[in-house]
Amino acid sequence: MLSVIVFLPLAAAVALVAVPRLGDTPARWAWVAVSAVDLALVAVLWVRYDTPPAGGLDSSQQVPWIPGVNSSYHVGVDGLSLPLVAMTAVIFLACAVYALRERHRPRGQAALFLFLQSVSLGVFVAADLILFFVFFDLSIVGMFFVIAGWGHGNQAHSALKFFLYTFLGSLALLAGFIGLYVAADPHTFDMPQLVAATPLAGRPLAGGLVLAAILLGLAVKTPTVPFHTWLPPAHTDAPAVGSAVLAGVLLKMGTYGFVRIGMPMLPQAWRAWAWVIITVGVVSVIYGALVALAQSNLKRMVAYTSVNHMGYIVLAVGVAGLAANDTAQARTVAVSGAVTQMVSHGLITAALFLLAGVLRERAGTYDVHEYGGLAAAAPAFATLFAVGAFASLGLPAFSGFIAEFQIFTGSIAAAPATAVALLGILITAALFLRALQRVFTGEIRGKSVGFADLRAGERWSIGPLLLLSLLIGVLPRPLLDVIEPAAQTVIGLLGR
Amino acid sequence: MMRPGLLLPEMLLAGGAFTTLIGGSFVPRHRQWLIRAVTIAVLVGAISAAAIQLRHPATSAFDDSFSVDTATGFARVIAATGTLLILAIAADEISGSPRESETYALLLFSTAGAVLLAGANDLLVLAVGFLLASIPLYALIGLATTPESAEAAMKTYLMGALFGILLLLGVTILSGLAGTTGYAELTVRLPDASRSVATVAVVALVAGLMFKAGGVPAHFWVPDAAQGASATAATFLTTVPKIGALLAVYRLATVLPPSTSWPIVVAVIAAVSMTLGNLAAYWQSDPRRLLGWSTVSQVGFVVVPVVAVDHSELALPSLLLYLAGYTVTNIAAFAVSAALPQHRNLTDYRGLASHHAALAAALLVALLGLVGTPPTAVFVGKLTTATAAWDGGYAWLAIVVFINSVISLFYYLRWIVPAYRDPAPAPFGSDHSPMKVPARRWSARLAVTAAALSLAVGVAAGLVWDAAAGI
Repeated sequence: MLSVIVFLPLAAAVALVAVPRLGDTPARWAWVAVSAVDLALVAVLWVRYDTPPAGGLDSSQQVPWIPGVNSSYHVGVDGLSLPLVAMTAVIFLACAVYALRERHRPRGQAALFLFLQSVSLGVFVAADLILFFVFFDLSIVGMFFVIAGWGHGNQAHSALKFFLYTFLGSLALLAGFIGLYVAADPHTFDMPQLVAATPLAGRPLAGGLVLAAILLGLAVKTPTVPFHTWLPPAHTDAPAVGSAVLAGVLLKMGTYGFVRIGMPMLPQAWRAWAWVIITVGVVSVIYGALVALAQSNLKRMVAYTSVNHMGYIVLAVGVAGLAANDTAQARTVAVSGAVTQMVSHGLITAALFLLAGVLRERAGTYDVHEYGGLAAAAPAFATLFAVGAFASLGLPAFSGFIAEFQIFTGSIAAAPATAVALLGILITAALFLRALQRVFTGEIRGKSVGFADLRAGERWSIGPLLLLSLLIGVLPRPLLDVIEPAAQTVIGLLGR
Repeated sequence: MMRPGLLLPEMLLAGGAFTTLIGGSFVPRHRQWLIRAVTIAVLVGAISAAAIQLRHPATSAFDDSFSVDTATGFARVIAATGTLLILAIAADEISGSPRESETYALLLFSTAGAVLLAGANDLLVLAVGFLLASIPLYALIGLATTPESAEAAMKTYLMGALFGILLLLGVTILSGLAGTTGYAELTVRLPDASRSVATVAVVALVAGLMFKAGGVPAHFWVPDAAQGASATAATFLTTVPKIGALLAVYRLATVLPPSTSWPIVVAVIAAVSMTLGNLAAYWQSDPRRLLGWSTVSQVGFVVVPVVAVDHSELALPSLLLYLAGYTVTNIAAFAVSAALPQHRNLTDYRGLASHHAALAAALLVALLGLVGTPPTAVFVGKLTTATAAWDGGYAWLAIVVFINSVISLFYYLRWIVPAYRDPAPAPFGSDHSPMKVPARRWSARLAVTAAALSLAVGVAAGLVWDAAAGI
């Protein structure tokens, strides 16, 4: 079941490339159809999901791959991965619908995105470090071609910067994995076994170095300050669907790695370095928000708010490492908030990037000064953008509120100093309101003149993303019921 | 005991070489494909014989001077398969040319020499294997009869002579120290020998073998030869001889006592080789020269697990796996360049994906494979070799491997990026862009096949690993 979900898009991608002389329209619709089927399968997976016992995985499957180094094809889901799997399937379907009007090599684009969908799902279900790395690395290759092949502006340079940066990060990650493997007895790359064994438990120096390598790899991908510099150019020059996938799905691979690999496998080192992680998180929150405030390029602004939003997650997972038994409850809330934030940010930012793509497609620029009074010219666009902006700044009734509320409740209870990060919310609110005011209010002027409103494909791709965010904001229980047991498990593992 | 039957693959290769050499003189030029067929049959025979031999327990032949074990078996299969694949390039390039049968004979001789090196369990066999693998190479490089190939042949010859003498010097010193040339007895006697003299011998031996492997400090001939020789020769000399030389280094390492500080020598060679190869490759604009430098850096990667032979049981399987993966991946990359022989500048590849989609895909898989992107064979090789080194106490070498992998990405991307750009607009007044030339058929097929093999070996790495670990 899980393997079908992961490899169905890949099989479709191969078929798309292999079938000669397939027309553009069938290719576009094949992409939509495959993504829809995959999402349906994920829905079935969710319905049949049973919370596994602590440390266990649901729907797991294990086949030996390289027995010589104890690496296997081992997949499974739990409360940390299932929400991300579902979010990934949703975002890719939204991108498929959005791209129905793509004119530039649509067949190649469909194949490439289906490939990306496979590897993204693969990262989230992998229960073996090498398998995780395989998918992690391939996602970089796929995104490189998305930016280089379908981007605009200085895309070759941005794509290269993205590739080199994240590839460096992935190799640091691999070095950390090998460190874990060598330290474990018996040597293994299997995640549940490593979690149970906690290699390097009694060796603070080696544990710290291995954790540093893993954190470096994940921090580049997340990205956190000071490893975020690849992100703004990559987003600015990527196509809209590429940005949506990059921000919505690929960034989560970094934060997912924190809760899946860093915290449970190296609990002692994680606790020792908790304050460093918290600091990086807080700095990312404030810095990301401030730089976003300074942008006049709308897409760049959304990109920097991603740094800010990822900062909340880093903050929460850092707080989780503050050892004190009386705060276990609070820290569980923080971790649960972090996972909720991953899902929430994925949905909202993907929607915002798709909306930014509409701006460029219609008027050729992201500059907020070029627009004015767009609400009158394109009411549907304005509505969705306003909804997205409010969701992003954490307005109650949206998923972002649920996530950030949990993060701050947990963090401030465990470490009051982290209240500084609340400033981030304030600045984000200011910058979104300012952007809304510049672009949408006032008289119709500049590029707003003759701006066509959203088409059906655009509404049906962006709308559901925001609707889901609203749904999670109003009815968070189904999601939290899945996440909370897993968050408890992580906190329990961290306490060892 | 003699037991010559154990050397059936070597005898097939050498006998096949004589047959093609002599037979070629009696076959008219338009029927030279007959000789090619004989060569193919010989290689297939050698592969089959080696594969059957692999299933038997390890043993040795000719009074323990040649080991017949998993490592030798693997070397035989990989080397002969590599040569077999390279014949596809030859089919395009030298079919019907005046020196066709001679080329096949030289390829077979050199393959035999590489296999002999891989199995050598005696210093004298090592020396013989070295010469047998080297001398045909000089001729192969010079066969292209261009000024560049003449220069490359001369350079290779001089380097080969120098490092061959070094190797013989090492052989002489060691046999003088221990009073024997057999590895089994050397293992026993060397720990008592003078440490400094033994270290000198080790350096000389390893340096000599690095000439064959094309690694630092004897790498100077590689880029010139890769650029100046024919595509057939360039692919061959950057692939097959390495297999023999690197396994010979491995065998030497199992013999030498750690007091000769050979692990440091090998670790430094590995680190310098990968770094220098990478840095030099960055500036190249000729794809073959770029690949030439890339093979220098690859030697550095492959030799990494040798430092851990005493400490990690991963060392030998990871070395064999890397060699297998490297062979098919490197051949795929060279085959792309052989399929478009007029494209001798990276910028010529612009628009490759639009006109030759399969070739561009093969190039992508091959080059990203050489970087070490999963799930290709070289990724598994890099992963396991680095793990072996770390496991053996050389964590810093594993880190150097990863840093160099990032550096190598720069120059491989310099080739990939133009290939996937939109084609350049046609020059004014002509209606065809440089990319519209048809690709050479067999080389293109080889590129796709070898790239697919590189993926297949990576995905099925478990099977290869079991075979390499002798399970």
